[in-house]
Parts: sequence; C-alpha cells; structure tokens
Amino acid sequence: MTVTLDQIYAITGIFLLAFTVLTVLDKKQSGLTKAGTATFWGLYGITFIWGKEIPPALVGGLVVVMAAIAGAKWMGMGEYWSATADFRRQMADRIGWWLFGPALAVPVVTFLVAWLAPKMGALVGLGIGSVVALVMSFALTRIMPVQAFQEGRRLLDAVGWAIILSQFLAALGFLFAKAGVGQVVADMVSMVVPVDIRFATVVAYCVGMALFTMIMGNAFAAFAVITTGIGIPLVIKMHGADPAIAGVIAMLSGYCGTLMTPMAANFNVVPAALLEMHNKNGVIRAQVMTAVPMLIINILLMYFLAFPGK
Amino acid sequence: MIENEGGCFVIKLIGVAIVIIGLLFRFNPLLVVLTAGFATGLVAGLSPVQILEAIGQAFVTNRYMSLLILVLPVIGILERFGLREKAEDLIRSMKNLTAGRVMIVYQIFRQVTVGLGLHLGGHPSFIRPIIAPMSEAAAAREGANSPAWLERIRGMSASSENYGNFFGQLLFPAAGGLLLIKGVLENAGYKVDLLKMAEYAIPTAVAAAVVAGVRYLLMDRAIRAAGSNEAGEQK
Repeated sequence: MTVTLDQIYAITGIFLLAFTVLTVLDKKQSGLTKAGTATFWGLYGITFIWGKEIPPALVGGLVVVMAAIAGAKWMGMGEYWSATADFRRQMADRIGWWLFGPALAVPVVTFLVAWLAPKMGALVGLGIGSVVALVMSFALTRIMPVQAFQEGRRLLDAVGWAIILSQFLAALGFLFAKAGVGQVVADMVSMVVPVDIRFATVVAYCVGMALFTMIMGNAFAAFAVITTGIGIPLVIKMHGADPAIAGVIAMLSGYCGTLMTPMAANFNVVPAALLEMHNKNGVIRAQVMTAVPMLIINILLMYFLAFPGK
Repeated sequence: MIENEGGCFVIKLIGVAIVIIGLLFRFNPLLVVLTAGFATGLVAGLSPVQILEAIGQAFVTNRYMSLLILVLPVIGILERFGLREKAEDLIRSMKNLTAGRVMIVYQIFRQVTVGLGLHLGGHPSFIRPIIAPMSEAAAAREGANSPAWLERIRGMSASSENYGNFFGQLLFPAAGGLLLIKGVLENAGYKVDLLKMAEYAIPTAVAAAVVAGVRYLLMDRAIRAAGSNEAGEQK
C-alpha cells in the first residue's frame, strides 16, 4: 500500500476545516476575531486540500488575505472545554506511563517509514504516525471525537498565524532566487572575504547565519537570506559542499545567534521576566559563553563534515 | 565602473532591508515578509500577478512545512489526560541532585524528547515551576542563596531549556527547521534527504550537551566554593 503526500495534505486540510467549524460554533468568540480566525483556518485548509487545483495567482491572493487577517490581529483564542488541573492530575495517575505511548508512536512510525519505505519518506511517515497515534489515544482515553478536535484547535489557536511563517519564508526565498538576490549578496561578501579559501567561506556562512539571526531574531528568516546569498553560491557551488550537511549545520549556527539576541524575545527576554530576574538580559548573559564555543564548533563541523572526499 | 554596477545591483537587496527593518520595528512578520517579497518581485521586473503566482506556487509547494498540524489533536488529547503532569513526575523524581545536575538532566531530557518530535518542555511549563525552584533549593542547601546567586541560577536554568530545544529539534526528520532547509535548497535546485540532515545534526547535539554540561558542573563548583566561604565567614 502506498500513501501519497497529497493524501496526507488532504487529511491536514480536513482537520483545518474541522477547526474552522468549531470556531464558527464557538460561543466565547465573537465579531472580527471570530470571523478572522475562522476565515484564516478555512482558507488554510483549502490550500491543503485543493492547493494544486486552484490557480497559483488565486492561492497567492488567499495568502495575502491570511497575512492581512494576521496583521490586523483579527485572530484569537476561544472556548475549548479544557480539563481542570485536578482532572489532569487524576487521569495522569490513573493512566500513568501509557500516556507516552501514542506520543512516542509518532516518531517511531515516522522513523520506521523513513527507513523502510524511503520512497514515501519521513513526511508521509509523520502523517501515518499521527493517524496511528490518534487511533491509539482514542483507545487509551475513550475521548469524544469532537473534544479531540477541540484539544487540537486549542493548540493550533495558541500557535496562531505563526504556523504559516515557514511557508512565507520559503515563498520569500523563491522570489529572492528569481530576482538573483543571492548573487548580489555573494558579490558583496566576495569583496571582504577571500572566497578562494574554503575555510573562509565556511566562516562567512556560519557567522553570517549567527549575525543575521541576532539582527532579525529569527534563524529561519536568516536562513532564507544567508543560504541564497552565501551558502549556495560560495560554499555549495564554488567549493562543492554537500547541501544537506552544510544546510543543517548553518541552521544550527543560526541557533547560536538566537541564544545571544534580545530580538528572540520569546526565548530570552520573556523567560527572564517569567523568572522574575532583575536583569532582563540575564538569560542571554548566561548563554553567551555557551553560544560562542558552539558557533566555533559548528564552523569546524561544517569544514570537516560537509566536504566528503574533497 | 564597478561602483556603477554595484549601485544598480544593490537595489535588489531591498527585500533584505525590508525584512531587517520590519522585524526590528516589530511589525507582523507575515506582513513584513509579504512586503519584502512584493518589493523584490517588482525590482526583478515581475508584474503583481506574476508575484502573486510565485507566492502561491511556493506556498503550495512548501505545505509540508506545516504538517505538525496533524499531530496537534493527539498531543491535545494526551495533555487533557495528564501528559505534562506525567512528564513533570519524571523530572521531579530526580531529587537530591545539585543545581547543575538538575539542569544537565533537564537539557538532555529536552534534547531527546524534542528530537523525537515531542514538544514537552518550555519556560512557562517546566523552568518556572520545576527546574528553577529545584536548582535554587539545591544551591540553597550548599549555602548559595544570595540575590546574585538566585539571578545566576535562574539565568542558567532558563538556558537549559533553550539549549535542549535548539540543539535537539533538528534530530527529528520532520522538524520544522529541517523542512525549511529542504524548501530553500530545493528552490535552488538541490534535492536533499531529511533523514541525512537529521543525522548530521547529531554532532552539534552531542557537543551542546558537553559544552553546556561542563558549564553547569563549573557552576556547581562555584556554588560549593561560595557555600563554604560563607560558612567560613560565619565562624
């Protein structure tokens, strides 16, 4: 039996449409927030089910509408009939360690499919794993299906519009590639970095990732820019690095930057407030002495691992 | 001549400038990225409809980046029935550890679980209610309970969440970060394998456990030294 990625997308779309219906029926939400949240998840579900059938320009239009809803802050949380802390504690004691069963089924199935059926791959594996885990959790908890989707919607509403940020950055990267942005950045970097030296380009890629992440506060955004600008033209094309290996180590170099910037407020500034620290940069201060050695280690790892046989 | 060329090419970087400025000024990232995309497309000579087509096409091609939606109902159900409470039990069962060791255990727990695609940690749900108080109590047993020590221990315990999260997440072959790498590289014509990328995230994950681990143990040593100094002064 072969499961295709399109089928997995269709299931995802159906989930999103179920969340949309629950948002429409939600009695706590009202007005623009309710309309915005429902429209956002509804349009998103449509792109999952019929993304390939709808003309791309129209999908682009839907995407603009979604960004406008997010920008206008017309999204919010609703009523999910969540469990009380007492109920959770009681159930945790009754069900015990079995609770980890369905949670672990997701990675186990994902890895198994990726290894045993490489044609389907890790993504289809994730889809199958999620369905298997869902069935397992129904059996384990005997929850009502509607409540199961309420719990899913609770988590998705908490993530909110940020769920599509990666797809947006990919689209931006696509337009950057069309415009030849990478070549311009590469030319500028070539003026200050001796690009004939492989090690120098690796340093430029990793340090560029860390610095841009510090400025933007987001390693994903930095990755789209720095990889098209430095990684692909200088490290991969010019010196023949393996794109998969160089790419993953570059992202990890970006994470070293995340550890050192107040721009990544959720990771560094909010926790300082949460822990009632006096210095709001206290978390960053604790992290710098780990982040710098880790950046150096990543540079060396890329230099020694990403050029197999060269 | 060169300057002239540079001048006409630099305009192509308008998208990069918009992203940096937009994020610095805290505008909604979706709007910032969209604006940067439109500006870049216009500079590249595309019509607005062509830009919409490019955005729509890339958005649909990269839907796999958001497949974690599929896992949300499962995690939601399990949370309703006490998944987090159970994870807390697991961490709490490591009593009588020094402050640094609490952080080491938590970081490795976080790296392993997030590497399995499980998002079980977090500053609000683990650091504030469990890891920071456990570390503070352990340090207080050694006599290190001055405001300066509290500040340092809280900063260090918050860092264990970030190290565990950042240097563990790419071990999962369907992690958002890996999917973004795949998307960007495939836009440029390179096919990459998710499993291979996850494999090459392992060395950094191990290095992070070692580097942070050494720092936590050094902190333990400083706590003991501070404690015995204090005791000495009191005599």
